[in-house]
Amino acid sequence: MTATTMLTPLKEGMVYALVGNPNCGKTTLFNALTGLKQRVGNYPGVTVERKEGECFSQHGVRLKVIDLPGAYSLNARSPDEAILRDVLLGRRKDTPRPDRIICVVDASNLERNLYLFTQILELGVPCILVLNMVDVAEKAGTRFDIDRLSDRFGMPVIPMVASQKKGLVELKMAMSRPDLTAPKPLLDAMPVPIRGALVRSRENLATSGIVSATASPLEPLYLISGHDPTHYGIEASAVKAIEQAREQVEREIPGWEDRLVAARYDAIHAALDGIIRRPDNASATLTDKLDTFLLHKFWGWLTLVSTLGFLFYLIFSVVEIPVGWIEGRFEWLNDIVKGWMADGDLRGLITDGILAGVSGVLVFLPQILILFFFIGFMEDTGYMARIAFLMDRIMSRVGLTGKSFLPLLGSHACAVPGVMATRTIESPRDRLITILVSPLAACSARLPVYLLLIAALVPGEMVPPLTKASILLGLYAMGIIGAFLFAWLFNKKLLPGAPSAMILELPAYKLPALGNIVRQMWSRAWMFIRRAGTVIMGLSILLWALLTYPKLGADPAKPLSEAAFKSAALEHSLGGRLGQAIEPVVRPMGGDWKIGVGLIASFAAREVFGSTLGIIYSVEETEDEDESQTRLRDRLALEKHPDGRPVYTPGLCVALLVFFVFAMQCLSTVAVVRRETQSWKWPLFQLAYMTGTGYLLAVAVFQVSKLF
Amino acid sequence: MKRTRLSDLKPGARAVIASLPEGIPSLTRIRELGLLPGTRVQFVRRAPLGDPVEICVRGALLSLRDSEAIHIEVDPLP
Repeated sequence: MTATTMLTPLKEGMVYALVGNPNCGKTTLFNALTGLKQRVGNYPGVTVERKEGECFSQHGVRLKVIDLPGAYSLNARSPDEAILRDVLLGRRKDTPRPDRIICVVDASNLERNLYLFTQILELGVPCILVLNMVDVAEKAGTRFDIDRLSDRFGMPVIPMVASQKKGLVELKMAMSRPDLTAPKPLLDAMPVPIRGALVRSRENLATSGIVSATASPLEPLYLISGHDPTHYGIEASAVKAIEQAREQVEREIPGWEDRLVAARYDAIHAALDGIIRRPDNASATLTDKLDTFLLHKFWGWLTLVSTLGFLFYLIFSVVEIPVGWIEGRFEWLNDIVKGWMADGDLRGLITDGILAGVSGVLVFLPQILILFFFIGFMEDTGYMARIAFLMDRIMSRVGLTGKSFLPLLGSHACAVPGVMATRTIESPRDRLITILVSPLAACSARLPVYLLLIAALVPGEMVPPLTKASILLGLYAMGIIGAFLFAWLFNKKLLPGAPSAMILELPAYKLPALGNIVRQMWSRAWMFIRRAGTVIMGLSILLWALLTYPKLGADPAKPLSEAAFKSAALEHSLGGRLGQAIEPVVRPMGGDWKIGVGLIASFAAREVFGSTLGIIYSVEETEDEDESQTRLRDRLALEKHPDGRPVYTPGLCVALLVFFVFAMQCLSTVAVVRRETQSWKWPLFQLAYMTGTGYLLAVAVFQVSKLF
Repeated sequence: MKRTRLSDLKPGARAVIASLPEGIPSLTRIRELGLLPGTRVQFVRRAPLGDPVEICVRGALLSLRDSEAIHIEVDPLP
């Protein structure tokens, strides 16, 4: 290092961007560099995670580090890749164009990883190349001449094992160098005719104001080569001009994109000549051996079923422990508030509105944490891609890919984490369809309602448990069939277009980095609390007000028991009146206004149905839940229409069951879908299509049942 | 050996890519992942349900559906 470079220190707050293929260990490196000094958020307008952190140079200068989404190419084919393209080209107003780029490549898979690198080189930004997981490559017998590689690319090249922090000091030294210059592109010259065509298309795009007239020709290159009909990250008004520019270049040089790809691989091949040596005979790796078992016709399925069985055990059984604890805490808080405050509006707001809302948000946490720990674990080890590989055929029947399988499965526990898990699906179209159908899966909140209604449908203890179990199984099957049918329908009608190709990398298996998994899990949970939590909370207060106001004054002339008073107060409230107002709507499916009130309340959360009916029918609550359930069931059996016919006929019970299978009655899911689709359009559509289907089928069931 | 389609290879078979048609968007991404005329590939296995297929190219394992693999012509290696 010369004296002059020592004297010009790095600019404070210089921005480094981490760039690389998926599975190259980029996030592990990001965590190693920034430690706990990082912030996780979202790029505005899209659900792509945005990670920023800080680290210090060797001389104590503060540096900013952005972990950009993993991508195979700047020719964006997913929202993640569009973010990478737009940040690197300086097209995003919310993110500064990086001053320097750290390009992370998987040393075992160098040529493919260098493809993106050849594109990065052309951006004219100083670069550092990190050969990550170099231990695995060397163990397989590959040798790298790091000095010559560094010479040839004209930048520091750092061999690393990021998971063990090997090479981290060397990387920080390179990052601290003030004298990094922009590298020379690997393609000596972009094939001249292609360059000419791009410059011309830049002129056309500049007249429409889509790029600036002085933009690098790379900008039109990556905008028009986004060979994807969706045009991620491009304003709708620009799409037409970009299409025209693309057609223009295509007419001038047919097949230019494919030629450019070939030219890049040729350049990589030439650049690596004599610098890396590979063993002549590759022996079977651990990944090969594991895949022989894990993708086997018999053992593969057995492993998959046991893994998922274990997950279900966790989210159905083990989760009861923390959920019970949380509910216990809130009951305790409730009692304290009730002990301290006199009965009144404020107390009601605090206990039934706010506390109920907060606990309604927090009870989801254990499930979210477990599901995301599990997903993180499977992604980090590499097994997640195998699940998609195994299940792809089944999902392709309805136009989805194997990646939609796990979110749909997870929705059987709860659609909230299920919908959040769709972030692993790159194709926005597949992701949206999966989000739309996920809440049809029979979630755990439907279970108490199913059990109550089945008990009312086949009353008495004489009925063999098998009958009840098969009805329950039928309801689950109905949910799954519904989800598949609607996925198929949306695929054909709502979002027509070429089904996305499933091109999936099966990464080498590796030991999971627990730190990364836990970090990811917490950031998801935190995002849920912050974004969905506020909506759930607000809606919970709204619902409390709806079922409380206007209040019923106690009439001293007619003393009522507490249960009877509660029932009368509910009837008097706005919610109760709404129930009466919608009676004509509920009647075709066999219900009366009381059931209407129960249904209105159950739109907050399905499990509220039972407790609301309990209040309406003035069933005394007891400490023992089973006892309360039995009393409610017996009470339902006694309920009569004014003309003496029983209300809870088998026809009504089945109609209600069908309604609960299909209807969207979960504020939390609505809030999360709004969060994940970034609009109110899709959650409202979902509410309408699901509830509409539930209602029509329920009416059909009841009307048919009357014929017998 | 006779030219065939990638999707028709048997598990374990090695081949050299002969041609990919131009202008199919999903095939451009496959090219970007390194499947070019002249590239050596190995057909690793089919998924237990028959689709997709797993191939090994430039040291990476990739999964493609038959609907893409059917377009890729290969010359099998002995």
